[in-house]
Amino acid sequence: MLGPLGNVDNVIRVRDVVVMLNGQKVLDALSLDVVRGEVLGFVGASGTGKTVLMRTILGLLPKQAGTVEVFGVDLDKASEQERRAIERRWGVLFQHGALFSSLTTIQNVQFPMREYLHLSQRLMDEIAVAKLEMVGLSADVCDKYPAELSGGMIKRVALARALALDPEIVFLDEPTSGLDPIGAGEFDELIRTLQQTLGLTVYMVTHDLDSLHTICDRIAVLADGKVIVAGPISAMLASEHPWVKAYFRGKRARVVLSEAEQHVS
Amino acid sequence: MTVSGEPLLKSVVVDDRLELAAAGAWIAEHASDLEGLIDGAVQQGQAVRTVDINMAGVERLDTFGAWLLERLIRSIGGEGRGINVVGLPAHYRGLIEEAHHVNRTQPAPLSENLLGSAVAAINRTANLLARDILLNIGMLGAVVAAVLRTIHRPRAFRLTSMVHHLERVCWRAVPIILLITFLIGAIIAQQGIFHFRKFGAEVYVVDMLGILVLREIGVLIVAIMIAGRSGSSYTAELGSMKMREEVDALHTMGLDPVDVLILPRLAALVLALPMLTFLGSMAALYGGGVVCWLYGGMNPDVFLSRLREVISLDHFEVGMSKAPFMAMVIGIIASVEGLQVKGSAESLGLQTTSSVVKSIFLVIVLDGMFAMFFAAIGK
Repeated sequence: MLGPLGNVDNVIRVRDVVVMLNGQKVLDALSLDVVRGEVLGFVGASGTGKTVLMRTILGLLPKQAGTVEVFGVDLDKASEQERRAIERRWGVLFQHGALFSSLTTIQNVQFPMREYLHLSQRLMDEIAVAKLEMVGLSADVCDKYPAELSGGMIKRVALARALALDPEIVFLDEPTSGLDPIGAGEFDELIRTLQQTLGLTVYMVTHDLDSLHTICDRIAVLADGKVIVAGPISAMLASEHPWVKAYFRGKRARVVLSEAEQHVS
Repeated sequence: MTVSGEPLLKSVVVDDRLELAAAGAWIAEHASDLEGLIDGAVQQGQAVRTVDINMAGVERLDTFGAWLLERLIRSIGGEGRGINVVGLPAHYRGLIEEAHHVNRTQPAPLSENLLGSAVAAINRTANLLARDILLNIGMLGAVVAAVLRTIHRPRAFRLTSMVHHLERVCWRAVPIILLITFLIGAIIAQQGIFHFRKFGAEVYVVDMLGILVLREIGVLIVAIMIAGRSGSSYTAELGSMKMREEVDALHTMGLDPVDVLILPRLAALVLALPMLTFLGSMAALYGGGVVCWLYGGMNPDVFLSRLREVISLDHFEVGMSKAPFMAMVIGIIASVEGLQVKGSAESLGLQTTSSVVKSIFLVIVLDGMFAMFFAAIGK
């Protein structure tokens, strides 16, 4: 989609990853690919290790076996410098925002710029306000502290911070959890728009059926420590795995699906 | 990763027309260089009537580049100057469109009036101080009300919770309190012996040690230790409960946080401090006695009989009677500060610091007031 960034089309390649937590195998020889420019929705029952996988890819959790490649670089073998360069190219939206509570909104968004780029204060201010406006906030929130923001605003500011350096991949951990349905819908829309204008690859852990239907190009389902199905929504509906069946063909899912179909027609 | 070419902006002036040809990667890494180029172009743009910007050579563009292009357009776009942007790759159109809409409203500049802001700062501090005093009095009132409620209905008192806190505040503090007061007693005795020896008045060290430890130092050291050790932990506990809305949850269940959280903690503190003061005073006397014996060559028999001779029970009573009041001060300040915590981690740290500082300060002030009071009644 965007420029010559090497010929790797799988921006994330996870191979046979094993992660043990407290002596329990959470991820068992899991493999997953994320293709450049797609929105990948990652689902699974609570406690199956969706967040664990995300944290493993990000290098926040140690793995016992397997490899994780991001932009074609094996993160275990990468030098400190290579790793730093890769970390610059991804942005992470944590489940609860993880905004720095002692910094104002605008300082939060400027934080990665300040660390990685040498910009004039004027340009940083302008870019930070631009990012905040792109995620649907007005310039009034700039000087507020995270404690003074509502849940939805925190998510938006956290997204603006994740996008601060124009990353190529964004990781979103349950971006719409804790938002009202309208807010969640707007957030989905926003992610879609940003993904299209900025050419992002989005890796999204979610429970939200609406998000899965409306913005995900591909869905991966995690169960028993493995990705059991990956593919577009039609593949989910065709799957015979009991959990996938219950999730995508259950009562709640049918309602969402029929609404989605009505929209189309 | 190979970062593609440096950004370029070539300019040619033809009559009253400026032709800009952009090339390279207009991305975050180069934003700083790019800003310089843009500023240069803006200056050149002031002298001409029309500006043509050819973006065909741009290999990559991100938000930073898009914004800088927008800034260029906005800076020289005024005054009826014509601007044509050509050759923009189609897939960047959305980004440029997005950049076009941002940064439209300028935030109101802050008025900077030095005198005004100084007065405002003083006003703010005075208000805070007044609020602080009111809050502490309010908490004292709430605690008294809770105590009265408990007397009326003793079964509502949270005994288990109090015992739990008593263990943490009292039992677990014993070793450190004993150690520190022992050392303080020893140091007082050593200094006394060292200086009194010049006058041959070594035996008066026992008088000094006894009065100082039993009346003042014992209770004061213990109170300061407890303010630092338990007051801070009370503030941090209540503060993080406030942050996670646990306090609000109690309210909504029809329970008073003062009854549930504060009274048991306060009761534990009020019980603990006299006990610790007693232990601390004894340890200090013991430390003093050991030093008198080993360093001053004063037989323990002599030390004890001298102590019995010069120290009346009054000194001990004065010291002990101060302890529960100091416990109240520490507990109330810790609770008030804990409930003042706002959502951020920084505020938790701030309130904990302020809790310790204020309670140590007030403990010392209270000690001074007690000294005046006891002097007035001749004890």
